[in-house]
Amino acid sequence: MQEKNKILALFTLFVFTFLLGPLVIISVTSFEPGNVLKFPPEGFSFKWYLNIFEVQMFLETFKISILVSLAGNLLALVLGIPAAYALSRADFRGKEIVNAVFLSPILIPGIVLGFTLLKYIIVTYQLPIYAGLFIGHTIIMLPFVIRVISSSLSNFDFSIEEAALSLGAGRLETFFKVVLPNIKTGIIAAVIIAFLESFNNVDISVFMTGPGISTLPIQMLTYVQYYFDPTIASISVLLMILTAILMFLIERLLGLSYFTKR
Amino acid sequence: MKKRTLYLLILPGLLFLTIFMIIPIALTIGSTFVPEGGFSFQGYLQFFTDDYFRSILFTTLQVSLVTTVACIILGFPAAYYISKLGPRKKVILLLLTIFPLLTSPVVRSFSWMVILGKNGLLNNILLSIGLRQEPLEILYSPTAVMIGLIHLFLPLIIITLVGVLENIDHDLLRAAESLGASKVEAFRKVVLPLCVPGLMIGSILVFVGSFTAYTTPALLGGKQRVISTFLYQNAITLNDWYLASIIATIMIVVTFAIITLMNKAAKKLNPKG
Repeated sequence: MQEKNKILALFTLFVFTFLLGPLVIISVTSFEPGNVLKFPPEGFSFKWYLNIFEVQMFLETFKISILVSLAGNLLALVLGIPAAYALSRADFRGKEIVNAVFLSPILIPGIVLGFTLLKYIIVTYQLPIYAGLFIGHTIIMLPFVIRVISSSLSNFDFSIEEAALSLGAGRLETFFKVVLPNIKTGIIAAVIIAFLESFNNVDISVFMTGPGISTLPIQMLTYVQYYFDPTIASISVLLMILTAILMFLIERLLGLSYFTKR
Repeated sequence: MKKRTLYLLILPGLLFLTIFMIIPIALTIGSTFVPEGGFSFQGYLQFFTDDYFRSILFTTLQVSLVTTVACIILGFPAAYYISKLGPRKKVILLLLTIFPLLTSPVVRSFSWMVILGKNGLLNNILLSIGLRQEPLEILYSPTAVMIGLIHLFLPLIIITLVGVLENIDHDLLRAAESLGASKVEAFRKVVLPLCVPGLMIGSILVFVGSFTAYTTPALLGGKQRVISTFLYQNAITLNDWYLASIIATIMIVVTFAIITLMNKAAKKLNPKG
């Protein structure tokens, strides 16, 4: 048995090397002083980190990415919190269908969603590209917001709400003063998860670009097609640091069980 | 809750999704059947009789299948090992699994370009130890796409399976062994069947994810097209929106067919009924 465990441990080590090795390699190459990505790098320099700030489009698209994620997040919360509340609080006919519709953006292929948004939002409805980006990102954030907030509502003791109501508080007042504060951590976690989902999105954003309008991942894709220098490796390192910070925040707020539950 | 309150709560979200998602998708699907005003299957007939189009669909399905199988083969033993660890080590390994999952697909695909490229790490090693005279041309091939997709989805299947394996009652295993089953037999007859639903869910996630992934094939696949990059090419580069709509419809149908079939299979195979 001991022998078998060792084999299993070795196999797991191999799996983790496969998973994390590429991320380590890309991090190391970001310090390459030369013009071509190499592993191992031939020296050590922050040159390409500085280059990020010299290529104007990276800063521009980073700003757009952040703004689109935050604006979309806000709308997703405004649409999603009431829906999550209704779905966990009320029993009504067609509840299953409503629930399925709210979660459906996860199931529809992102690239299909992006294409239909381009075809109808931009071309037929004649909305500007910024609106398309904003709407598209809101759509993909909505299911995550609803899922996370529904699960924190399911942990909420609704008798507290009933107590507030029976003591004379109005429905709306109760919601804002009693329910919302109690699911605060769930809301913050939902915002972070939705942010990551939107910030990393390619499938929808790739259709929503115009003169001077793009998101950071799309700008990175475009850059890679023309240059193979370590700039993208440097951006990758910064993005991984951001990801690690957000991951620890999610872990703090929801625990690891958020990830292992399906 | 009053009916009016209920409507006020769910209608804004439903309207938003209806206007910006459901209607555009329905119109896109609808448009594929009326190429010149009249109803016809002509577009689909063209798609499925064209060798090139068919080969793209076939390659994509093949890549997705290999990715799914590889993810299970690599992910199951790792998940089994993780699920049996003590709490401290388990948390560390889970965090190391989740980190790549949350990392941008652009970053992850790009890291494989560095490894698999003509002057990449893999070729440098192979050439320097004399295993190859010529550099391997893996990058921009379906193999590269598969490697990238396995890397993309392996964490997903690991955390899904850890979730399932953790919930298996280990008394069942001990009971099987005390009744005379060998360790292997107990594993095969007790653990494996209880994992089936989780395996099915994980497989759906990986297969559908691979079938519809765009970033990884766009970066690692080069001119080798899969269905999602083919859709993008037709919509943006070639401006053939009719063909793009047909591809979009095929992608939706295949995705939902797979989800439905696998869900049915999972229900049937679930020992708990």
